[in-house]
Amino acid sequence: MIHFVLLISRQGKVRLTKWYSPYSQKERTKVIRELSGLILTRGPKLCNFVEWRGLRVVYKRYASLYFCMCIDEDDNELEILEIIHHYVEVLDRYFGSVCELDLIYNFHKAYFILDELLIAGELQEPSKRTVTRLVAAQDSLVETAKEQTSSITNIIAQAAK
Amino acid sequence: MIGDMIRAIRACKTAAEERAVVRKECAAIRASINEDDQDYRHRNLAKLMFIQMLGYPTHFGQMECLKLIASAGFPEKRIGYLGLMLLLDERQEVLMLVTNSLKQDLNHSNQYIVGLALCALGNICSAEMARDLAPEVERLLQFRDPNIRKKAALCSIRIIKKVPALAENFINCAASLLKEKHHGVLITGVQLCADLCKVSSEALEYFRKKCTEGLVRTLRDIVNSPYSPEYDISGITDPYLHIRLLKLLRILGQGDADASDRMTDILAQVATKTESNKNAGNAILYECVETIMSIEDDGGLRVLAINILGKFLSNRDNNIRYVALNMLMRATTLDAQAVQRHRATILDCVKDSDASIRKRALDLLYLLVNDNNVKPLIKELIEYLEVSDQEFKGDLTAKICSLVEKFSSEKIWYIDQMLKVLSEAGNFVKDEVWHALIVVISNASDLHGYTVRALYRAFLTSTEQETLVRVAVWCIGEYGDMLVNNVGMLDIEDPITVTECDAVDAVEVAIKRHTSDLTTKAMALIALLKLSSRFPSYSERIKDIIVQNKGNVVLELQQRSIEFNRILQKHPKFRSALVERMPVLDEATFSGRRAGSLPTAISTSSGAPSNLPNGIAKPATAPIPDLLDLSSDDVPAPSSSGGDFLQDLLGVDLSPTPAPSGADMPPKASTDVLLDLLSIGMPLPVQTGLSASDILSSSQDDKAPFVNFNGLASLSSLSANATSPANAAPMMDLLDGRGPGPQKSEENGQAYPSLVAYESSSLRVMFNFSKQRGSPQTTLIQATFTNLSSNVYNDFLFQAAVPKFLQLHLDPASSNTLPASGDGSITQNLKVTNSQHGKKSLVMRVRIAYKTNNKDVLEERQINNFPQNL
Repeated sequence: MIHFVLLISRQGKVRLTKWYSPYSQKERTKVIRELSGLILTRGPKLCNFVEWRGLRVVYKRYASLYFCMCIDEDDNELEILEIIHHYVEVLDRYFGSVCELDLIYNFHKAYFILDELLIAGELQEPSKRTVTRLVAAQDSLVETAKEQTSSITNIIAQAAK
Repeated sequence: MIGDMIRAIRACKTAAEERAVVRKECAAIRASINEDDQDYRHRNLAKLMFIQMLGYPTHFGQMECLKLIASAGFPEKRIGYLGLMLLLDERQEVLMLVTNSLKQDLNHSNQYIVGLALCALGNICSAEMARDLAPEVERLLQFRDPNIRKKAALCSIRIIKKVPALAENFINCAASLLKEKHHGVLITGVQLCADLCKVSSEALEYFRKKCTEGLVRTLRDIVNSPYSPEYDISGITDPYLHIRLLKLLRILGQGDADASDRMTDILAQVATKTESNKNAGNAILYECVETIMSIEDDGGLRVLAINILGKFLSNRDNNIRYVALNMLMRATTLDAQAVQRHRATILDCVKDSDASIRKRALDLLYLLVNDNNVKPLIKELIEYLEVSDQEFKGDLTAKICSLVEKFSSEKIWYIDQMLKVLSEAGNFVKDEVWHALIVVISNASDLHGYTVRALYRAFLTSTEQETLVRVAVWCIGEYGDMLVNNVGMLDIEDPITVTECDAVDAVEVAIKRHTSDLTTKAMALIALLKLSSRFPSYSERIKDIIVQNKGNVVLELQQRSIEFNRILQKHPKFRSALVERMPVLDEATFSGRRAGSLPTAISTSSGAPSNLPNGIAKPATAPIPDLLDLSSDDVPAPSSSGGDFLQDLLGVDLSPTPAPSGADMPPKASTDVLLDLLSIGMPLPVQTGLSASDILSSSQDDKAPFVNFNGLASLSSLSANATSPANAAPMMDLLDGRGPGPQKSEENGQAYPSLVAYESSSLRVMFNFSKQRGSPQTTLIQATFTNLSSNVYNDFLFQAAVPKFLQLHLDPASSNTLPASGDGSITQNLKVTNSQHGKKSLVMRVRIAYKTNNKDVLEERQINNFPQNL
């Protein structure tokens, strides 16, 4: 089971955190600090796993961002690398060659996508196309709702004239 | 706009600027929340989520999430549920308020809203919510849309983890998910089955009987499936599904020969046919190997699996080597022989540049060491110790020491290896390890000469390793004569000429090293005292070195140097008896002590402060088994400092207590010095009248009350036969057996019943308890002593000792004379601070000494019936 997902920039800034196991706010800050110290200092050619508090953290660097997932000792580390890559590819499809700034200003979108990928710390959908389709469908629901509100506002405005 | 806020925060150059921006934003959001502004609600929440990610408190936004979730529109709900998952977790009570909205949304006609609710429930639901909403989720497992079914499946995992009793409701629906064609549903369904098996043996049996065949078929279909672009990852169709199926098959095959038998064919196919040039393929192979090794024995498959691991181990990809080491660790229990074949490669991995791989490899190698290969492996590891990274040395040293100790069939080999480790990485050696080494050295009487010479040589080449210096100094002090006279020369040794002068030089170097800490210096001081008797002709020079410490800023060194100086000057008669070689340390006692280590801190106080200048609370001695076990860890207890070892060795007190030194003692100075040396802590009235030899003999005749002194006497070698293991035993019990007191605790601990702490035919001790306002950890105890006999007690002295988690402060007693027949009493105040308040009860060992009819009486007792919650 994945206990949490972290996206940390090379400078140690947090770009996304998702917790599937209960950690208090204080513990979360501590975990992030510990792990950035552990991961950001590792050299480029080393393996993508660090052992931490009896758990494993699988991380992978994409451009300036480190994607980290914390798993149990008996989980498949290599598979987690695939899941991380899976997430990155979906982000890439959605934003169109994604960069860190996309994830900063549209952080909620990054969360929506993650929620279509993982629930309860387990993988939900192996098909990138399905994930993109589901997120797009929900986005368009939001758009429709917005248009409706604005048209209603218009109608009210016109009626008031 | 949220974008504006993010830009403003990103523009901040300092943390202080960022805090200011966030504070302003939070104030605006709070104001908006107070106005109950609906239009900005979702924007406020989005901002709060960003602020929360930066690590600022956002609890005031929690209710906004609930309001958004309760609103009708999809956009509001979407952001509301996201906020719920980010700002809250299962432990917040606010979460309960959302149960109703969740229930409605799970029954919503819009499937995306159902999806949102399932996602939130799956990520943060508590046990109560799981119970309330399980029927809804169960129903949704059969929903027409596959996107809802897969979400419901993962949500069910969370539910059965929170409330395992609900598992049986899900078994049937989960089994039907295994027949799905949709990959998302199939993956989550397989995962749900695996988790059901973990919490319910009923589920395990059911799936094993009904589903093994089907799962094997599904795996075969997916392995042989043609290229499908939607699920393809580097040439493999849906590796995630492969992995989950293999995992579930493993659970079903474990412990069941029949089920295992049914899956062997497909496992063999996966193991042989999967492409291993990409990560996805290796992930499948890795999972497959684990399944093969977990299911019931099939020799052929096992060989296949171990071969795959061997290939992994020689892979150039660090990730693959890491998982190989990981898996070989599990394989050692199955087929140690097969793993042994890769020993050389594993040893190379111990020397890898990647810390994660090194650690894995070292752990694995540790399991592979046996009687046959221990010597070459230890040799390799010690050689590697020289060149290894600083941060790895600690781990490596600990493992080497543990192995050397475990496989020490020959003492000389053990001593040799330990000396190598000490010279190479002595600063990483834990206290208990070098303490153990000293015990072994002390027991190897035929190797004393060899050891001291080897240590002397090592000491000459390097004085950088603190523990090497300590052990060397100890041995030179004890066996200095053997060093000089080449006693017990072994054939393998190179001859060495060491003069008495050289030996004294070495110890002088140790005491003058800048880096030497208190313990080392104190040990060197004792070694010098011992050498003064071994080499009488250097007595003057030794005295000079000792005297140089007279002005040491550390009070303890100062005090000891003055005392040792006096011994050298004024008491040549019993000097030689005083510094005789230490009796052989008892290994059994030491190892027993090490196993059930109970560190103690003892503090004592004189009941007669007016007469005794030493009467302030002053840590005395720890019992003998502590000799080699007191780790000098940084426990802030006032009575235990880095000098524990010395403190035990001669019972001297190294902590900077403001106790006047023994030299200041008035009239009976000659015995007082000795008493202090014997570490009695303070001149007890009971001993003041006795000469040194009297103390010794009394300690032999009257063991029970003198347990503490007893051990010390032998330690300082005053009498080689004063201590036997039997004597040591009661000391180990000194603070053992602190069971919870029978007293019931009072509500909130405000009033505690008085306690008759001790009662004998001659004496009664009452304790009255009170608490200081605002500090629940601290208990004030007023002790009242009453004389039940018809004789007056003089020189009355009450002492108490507590374990390390407690701190004890004793105030002076009201008097040191206790009138007869209960005609008056002595009171004394104690202050106890319990660092484990609420977890452990108080416990205390007390000792009462007094004189009656010119006879000394000593009474001791352990008090463990304190009221709880003190």
